[in-house]
Amino acid sequence: MTAVATPAAAGATASVRRPGRGRLGGAGKGRGPKVPLRPSQRRNRRRTVLSALAFLSPWIIGFLVFTAWPIGYSLYLSLTDYDIINAPTFVGLENYVRLAGDPNVQLALGNTVVFTLLQVPLYVTLSFALALLLDKAGRSMGFFRTAFFLPRMTPPVAVGVLVLLLLNGQDGLLNTALGWFGIDGPNWTTDSAWIKPGLVLMSLWTVGGSVLILLAALRGVPRELLDAAKMDGAGFFRRTWHVTMPMVSGPLFFLVVVNTIDGLQTFTEAYTAYFGSTGGYGNDAALFYAIYLFQQAFQFFNMGYASALAWLLFLVVLAITGVQLLVSRRVVYYEADR
Amino acid sequence: MAGAAGAAGAAGAGAGPGAAAAAPGLAKPPRRDRRARTLVARVLVLGALGLVTLLFVYPFVWLVSASFKPRGDVFDNRLIPATATLQNYVTVWQEAPVALWLLNTVIVTVLSAGTVTLSSALVAWGFSYFQFRGRGLLFGLVLATMMLPGAVTMIPTYLIWDSLGLVNTQVPLWAGGLFGSAFYVFLLRQFFLGMPREIFEAARVDGAGNWSIFWRMALPLCKPAVVLTLLFEVQAAWTNLMGPLIYLRDEELFTIPLGLKILLDRFVGSGNFQWEVVVTASVITTLPMVLLFFLGQRYFVDGVAASPGGGK
Repeated sequence: MTAVATPAAAGATASVRRPGRGRLGGAGKGRGPKVPLRPSQRRNRRRTVLSALAFLSPWIIGFLVFTAWPIGYSLYLSLTDYDIINAPTFVGLENYVRLAGDPNVQLALGNTVVFTLLQVPLYVTLSFALALLLDKAGRSMGFFRTAFFLPRMTPPVAVGVLVLLLLNGQDGLLNTALGWFGIDGPNWTTDSAWIKPGLVLMSLWTVGGSVLILLAALRGVPRELLDAAKMDGAGFFRRTWHVTMPMVSGPLFFLVVVNTIDGLQTFTEAYTAYFGSTGGYGNDAALFYAIYLFQQAFQFFNMGYASALAWLLFLVVLAITGVQLLVSRRVVYYEADR
Repeated sequence: MAGAAGAAGAAGAGAGPGAAAAAPGLAKPPRRDRRARTLVARVLVLGALGLVTLLFVYPFVWLVSASFKPRGDVFDNRLIPATATLQNYVTVWQEAPVALWLLNTVIVTVLSAGTVTLSSALVAWGFSYFQFRGRGLLFGLVLATMMLPGAVTMIPTYLIWDSLGLVNTQVPLWAGGLFGSAFYVFLLRQFFLGMPREIFEAARVDGAGNWSIFWRMALPLCKPAVVLTLLFEVQAAWTNLMGPLIYLRDEELFTIPLGLKILLDRFVGSGNFQWEVVVTASVITTLPMVLLFFLGQRYFVDGVAASPGGGK
C-alpha cells in the first residue's frame, strides 16, 4: 500500500490535535475560560481568518455562483414559462400541475424507480460477494483488484455501445453464451420487458469500485471476532452473516445510498443506447427521468417545466435517501455506538 | 497500516485457524487434512476469481478484436479475427474529425483536471490548516452540496454560461473546475489533516508565508492524493457525455464521447448498420482511459479503497 491514509486514520489524527492553540489561535471549542485577548492576539486571529478566507475563496465564489444562486433561480424558473428566447413569464404552480398529469413523467419516474430497485440490491450484493472472494485471494489479490477495477475506466458512452453489441438479441455475446446452455435468450435491447434488466446487467460490469471499498472495510474486521466464531463452530456463511456483515454494515449502507442516488440520475448509458441525439423518442422502456428532463430542457427548451421536473427529482432523491437513513438506524452497526 | 494489511493478507491466504492470533510467521504448521482442505478452498477461490476476471476483461478484448474485423464479421464472436483489417480505423478517420475530437478532449481534460485539482487543494488546505469560527459549519455545507442532484443546478448553470456568450465553446466544460469540487475537497482535506502540524509550524518560524507553506510543503507532501485527484478528474472529464451534449453545437468542438454518440446515431441509428465503424470509435474512446489506468493503477486502486464514493 502507498501512503494513502484511510479516512478513519486521518480522522483519528485530527481529533488528537489540540484545538485553537499557538500562533494560529482560533475559536476552538476546547479553550479554557474566556480571557480577554491582547491586541496582538486579536490581530493574529483576524489575520488567520483573512488567510483562511483567501484559501477558501474559490469554493465560496463557486458556491454562491454555481450552487446557491442556481438553487434559488431554478426554484423561480419552475414557477415560470421560459423558452430561453423570451423572458420568463410567471405562471405560478402551473408546471407542477402539468407535471402531475404528464403520462411521460409517470413513465419516466416508474422506469427509473424500477431500474434502481433492480440495480441497487444486485450491485451491492455482487460487490459484497466479490469482496469476500477477493479477501481470500492472498498474494494474487493485487492482480485481481486491478482486473476488477478495469471496467470502471470504460467511458459510459462506450458502455452504452456495448449494451447494444453484447446484449443484441440475435448475435450478441450474451445470448450466444446462453445458447451453449440451451437457453434461448430474450431480445435484451428491443423487448421492452428486457431493456431495464439488460441495462442493470451491463451496470454490474462496473462493480469494481464498490468491491474495492468493501474490500478495504473487510480488512478492518477484527480477526479475533471471526476466530472466536470459528471456535464456536460457525461455518463460513454463519460467520459472514453474523460477524462480517454487521461489522461492515456502515460501508454497505453507504454504497446502498450512493448507488440509489446515482441510479435515480441514470443518464448516459441508456441515452446512448436508446435515444437519438437529434431528438425524437427511442424505446419508452428506456426513458429514464434524467433523459426526459434533459429532453425537456435542451431539446424542447421548456426550461421552466424542466426546472419543475428537477425539483421533483430532488424530492424523490431526498425522500428515498431519508427512508434509507431511518432504516439504517435499526440495521447499521457503528463501532462508535458501543 | 501496510504491515497490518500484509499480515491479514497472509492469514487470509490459507493459514489455519489460530494462525492469525499468533504472529503469522510463528504459526504452528496445520494438520494435514486441514492443509488439504485449505488447498481445495484456495483452488476454488482462485478459480472463481479467474472466472470473474474473465467476465470483466472479456468485453474489452472482444471490442478491440471486433475493431479489426471487416464489415459483417463484427458479431462472429471470434477473438482472433478470421480476416484482420485496419480498414475500420481508416474509415473512422475519414468519416469524422477524430483527431480533432481527441485533441479537444485532451484540452478539456487537461484544463479541468489542472484547475479542479489546484482549486480543490487550496480549499482543502483552507479547511484543514486554519482554525476559525464557523469552520465546521462551512465544511458541512461543502459536504451537503455533494447530495444535491446535478439536475437542480443544471439549467441555471447553462443560463449563466449562455449569458456570458460561452455556450458552444469548451469553456463551460472545464471552467467550473476553477471553483473546486466538494468531493475532491473532502478527499484532499483528509490527507492534509493526516500530516504532522509541527513541520508547518517549524517552517513558519523559519519565515515561510501561508502560500509557500501550502505550495512548497503541503502540496508536495500529499502527492499521492494530488495524483489521485488528477486521475479521478481526468477520467471524469474524458468520459463526460452530458456536458458536451448540452454545451457544444459545432462538430469541430466535440469531445470524443460526443463524437462517438454522433457516429452511433449516424451509422447505426439511421438504419444503415455499420457496426464496425462504431466499434472502432468505441475503442478509440476507451483506449486512452485503459492506458491511463495502467499508468496510474497503484494510485487508482489504493485510492478508491480509501476514498468515499469510490471515485464516482
